[in-house]
Amino acid sequence: MQRCMDDLRRVLDQAGRPPGLDDDGLLELHRRMILLRTFDERSIVYHRQGRIGTYAIFWGHEAIQAGATFPLAEGDWIFPSYREAAIGLVRGMPPSTVISWWRGHPAGWWNPAEWRVASIAVPIATQVPHAAGLAWGLRLRGVAGCAVVFFGDGATSEGAFHEGANFAAVMDAPLVLVCNNNHWAISTPVEAQTRAATLADKAAGYGMPAVRVDGTDVLAVYEAVRGAAERARAGGGPTFVECVHYRVAPHATADDPRAYIDLERVERERERECVGRFEAYLRRRGLLDDDRAEAVRADAQQRMRDGIAAAEAEPDADARLLFEPALAAPPPSFEHDLADLRRVLAAEAR
Amino acid sequence: LTIVERATDRPPDRRPTHELTLVEAVNDCLHVELARDPSVLVMGEDVGRAGGVFRATAGLREVFGPDRCVDTPLAEAGILGTAVGLCMAGWRPVCEMQYDAFSYPCLDQLITHVGRYRWRTRGAMDFPITIRMPYGGGVRAPELHDDSPEAYYVHTPGIKVLVPSTPADAKGLLAAAIRDQDPVVVLEPKLVYRTVRGPVPDGEHVVPLGRARVVREGSHVTLVAYGAMVAVAEEAARRLDASAEVLDVRTLKPLDEEALLASVAKTGRAVIVQEAPRTCGYGAELAAVLAEKAILDLRAPVLRVTGYDVPYPYWAIEDLYMPSVPRVLDACRTVLSYA
Repeated sequence: MQRCMDDLRRVLDQAGRPPGLDDDGLLELHRRMILLRTFDERSIVYHRQGRIGTYAIFWGHEAIQAGATFPLAEGDWIFPSYREAAIGLVRGMPPSTVISWWRGHPAGWWNPAEWRVASIAVPIATQVPHAAGLAWGLRLRGVAGCAVVFFGDGATSEGAFHEGANFAAVMDAPLVLVCNNNHWAISTPVEAQTRAATLADKAAGYGMPAVRVDGTDVLAVYEAVRGAAERARAGGGPTFVECVHYRVAPHATADDPRAYIDLERVERERERECVGRFEAYLRRRGLLDDDRAEAVRADAQQRMRDGIAAAEAEPDADARLLFEPALAAPPPSFEHDLADLRRVLAAEAR
Repeated sequence: LTIVERATDRPPDRRPTHELTLVEAVNDCLHVELARDPSVLVMGEDVGRAGGVFRATAGLREVFGPDRCVDTPLAEAGILGTAVGLCMAGWRPVCEMQYDAFSYPCLDQLITHVGRYRWRTRGAMDFPITIRMPYGGGVRAPELHDDSPEAYYVHTPGIKVLVPSTPADAKGLLAAAIRDQDPVVVLEPKLVYRTVRGPVPDGEHVVPLGRARVVREGSHVTLVAYGAMVAVAEEAARRLDASAEVLDVRTLKPLDEEALLASVAKTGRAVIVQEAPRTCGYGAELAAVLAEKAILDLRAPVLRVTGYDVPYPYWAIEDLYMPSVPRVLDACRTVLSYA
């Protein structure tokens, strides 16, 4: 069994670029990080303007989200938690779909099979068994593929994480478990979640190899997940990848972290945030200049302007959407309930 | 959505049958359905090597291999949670929960995901999961081997719930559940797993969802029951000095309202028998339907004969808890005392 590493794995300082990433790849990775960053920053504004509801901020998590999904093939699956709500963007999902989700509108209920992106898991860790089951199911069907599941540090305290990780290991499921350890589960620090020295240590209990990486280093995340996905596809089973960083934004728009967080630490951590670090690397390599950086941002911002406009142009959801998606073969009562609702609404409108 | 035929007015099935116990009929069904559809797989604790603690899955591993009759880790929420993912990969999982009360950990996945996932994909993805389990009391078992949890399942949107009471229905309803595109919970009354034998059609046998079964016709009172309580209602009907109709609900959700209302329109009186605790039990839903839609047909209050609002008792006193023939008869006499 592979031991989990004592130190954070860093590839930024290595001389060569990570395997499988040419210059175009590095720039595409940058484009995806900016897309995610822009989605997050604009969404906070939209929330303040009352155009979307409560929103879970992921500012500073872009390296984990873009890095962990970059090694995946089109047919591989992604299982997001709410922190990765916009992860479909890396697959080309329109921003309007995710914005609609945060507007509570049915236009945001995407078809997971279309994007190989599962629905956003709002409860904690319950998506881990889903990902284990899907990956196991792919293996049983003889389909070459794998899945990546995202969850936070707090999720490792949940029974669902344990059962999902154990199933994945027992069933040799081609799964990469990506733990977004941002140190905080709302206000509870990771030290209050576990007596394990690292979250990666937990993997040993499942007979699963683990890697710890710097979660603000997109290349380290990419390289760890690339190796894990390769191993998974080759029949080697699941891997636990702990991405270590520090949450520098509130948990969500409804949260005020000043009550519990160390604000000086936040300031220090912000200085090494993932987008700035990666851009400095790209500039050192001569791949990025001001013009290109501006063009990538402008493109992302235009996508968001188009996205919010499209989301706000969605017609009001019809009452049939209460019932229609619930069951493939609905009971007669649905028809009666819908007719009744329409009758009352029509009478009220008169 | 329309009911095209009633279970009771179908012509008698002339296909060859075998006399099977209820649990043998479950086993027969699983063999037929796994052979019929290569995407069906059975998973659960001890279902493979042991063939299930009640032998419901006996022989499946030998015939279909360990990938289609899977001994899982001992984790009910993990079983149902991975079943969700298996559906996404194109499988039709049939999950066994080893006992009624051991199914409670799986409620986390059932409520948060299984009943909602189709809805949140706007109907794009189906989750054809079957969850079957032995349920109910009266078997002299240790604590938490005796519960009747149907109300938790029935109350969960996006879930269908079936309870067979005969070997033929055990096969036919389970087959319907496995073939259904929606998640279905099948509660198998373990009290009658081996005490009842009945004719079961050979080969494929499907009982459509949403149709109750008139067990016995009568004109003065309707006894409404399901699972092991059907036999209690039948015995009470035999002993009663009035004409009692016995209705086996069979599919708790979707409910066959038409059959319920037709019977009560005829008799004007209803006694509902359930072994689960009384408050907010399934009987309350049946009584509410009668209050909403049959009030002018009723000549007497609707009565419930149920388990009590206490934990299911240790077995030396379980017979006092379970609805009995005398308690059902007592309720019948009360409703019959109204003119």
